[in-house]
Amino acid sequence: MTSTGATALRVARQLRHDPRTIVLLLAVPALLMTILRFVYDHRHVAFERAGPALMVLFPLVTMFLVSSVALLRERTTGTFERLMTTPLSRFALLGGYGLTFTLLAVLQAGLVTALSLGALGLSLAGSTALVVILAASVALLGLGLGLLASAFARTEFQVVQFMPAMILPQLLLCGLLVPRAQMGAVLRAVSDVLPMSYAVDGVRHLAIEPGVSGAAFGDVGIVLAFAVGAILLGALTLRRRTE
Amino acid sequence: MNYQPAITAHDLRVHRGGREVLHGVTFELPGGRIAGLIGPSGGGKTTLMRVVVGVQRGVSGEVRVLGEVAGAAALRRRVGYGTQGQSAYEDLTVRENLEYFAAIVGARPEQVGEVVEQVDLGDAAGQLARSLSGGQRSRLSLAAALLGRPELLVLDEPTIGLDPVLRERLWGLFRALSDTGRTLLVSSHVMEEAARCDEVLLVREGQVLAHGTPAELTGRTATDDLEQAFLRLVEEEA
Repeated sequence: MTSTGATALRVARQLRHDPRTIVLLLAVPALLMTILRFVYDHRHVAFERAGPALMVLFPLVTMFLVSSVALLRERTTGTFERLMTTPLSRFALLGGYGLTFTLLAVLQAGLVTALSLGALGLSLAGSTALVVILAASVALLGLGLGLLASAFARTEFQVVQFMPAMILPQLLLCGLLVPRAQMGAVLRAVSDVLPMSYAVDGVRHLAIEPGVSGAAFGDVGIVLAFAVGAILLGALTLRRRTE
Repeated sequence: MNYQPAITAHDLRVHRGGREVLHGVTFELPGGRIAGLIGPSGGGKTTLMRVVVGVQRGVSGEVRVLGEVAGAAALRRRVGYGTQGQSAYEDLTVRENLEYFAAIVGARPEQVGEVVEQVDLGDAAGQLARSLSGGQRSRLSLAAALLGRPELLVLDEPTIGLDPVLRERLWGLFRALSDTGRTLLVSSHVMEEAARCDEVLLVREGQVLAHGTPAELTGRTATDDLEQAFLRLVEEEA
């Protein structure tokens, strides 16, 4: 077995010993989507606008939290130090996390998408598969940002505080509350350099354009590029030698 | 027996947070023997071990391990490190932890059962690491270091928190490993354990106070045991 595969299996086993976290990861997004549906009970148009955006926000928030805490534990409990005395490379380590967490995100997105399109009556003109691929790309972005957050925190208390700091601004500026075209020039410019703006643009394209939308495809590419960038930047903070 | 030096250090200094914590340490340890790194906590033992396994920052001077520069990539399969904490995944069982570390160092899966027996953790193999006692934790760390049968074992306080029976067994294991040609660097803050080593490095306040066989150290200081020898050496230094 390769080191990446072994790491993915190890991370999956850690999750398996924590069934409560798995249930929360899978059930909470479904529950929130259902609540949103009834909040907009008499305004289905508004649900059609906000629902798809929420689909790509869930993997960002959950994967950010899971990865930031998991990687902080690696750094603080001595396991990372042990791994760095072995032939394991930090890219193989991150690859293992990426595999398992992306699989989890695909499960989560599949469940939310099925529920939204089925029982909740959301309409989606485009490819469902591409929605799930977009959600998986956002999950990798969550991993990258979580990895970065873990580098700047010493405790789990600190690391969860990076969630509002790194995720909420993207939520405000991604076009979920107000379409990005209606924002002032400065906010618009900021939102242009935030990855979640492209994730929400992408899922909106998929909501209204039939089939595999070319624009959505481009957005998936941009989100993936941000995700890879965040993971590479984060990898620089995983040092073999520490103080 | 192998008389090639396993570890050589020349004017080794370590700076941490703007402070020098190892002050120009020089020594040479032969291969195939048990070397004890003995001294009080906070004296630099762990730092010295981290230099040997290549994870310490702020190192100057020359340190060679098994003929390579300390920290060289080629050493990562040849050196096993047993950390002082358990450095294992709290939410995995003992066996799952070891299966992962075995895969990482390229050890065959059968070795997991072997090392579990060697450190006497058979009864706890299915337990989550977070539920282990202090003594079991240090044995899990030791078991992980044994995977892949490394030529050099660097063990940081492996017998801490163990009852005398288990301590005796582990020293038997260390002796058996050294009899097969492996080199061990074992740290302890208990003087009594120094007597079980082939060679002793007495470390205090970031310096090597003395280096020799237990008999040489007691002989040189004209004392009966190593505890007395240590005290005498500290007095001479002052």
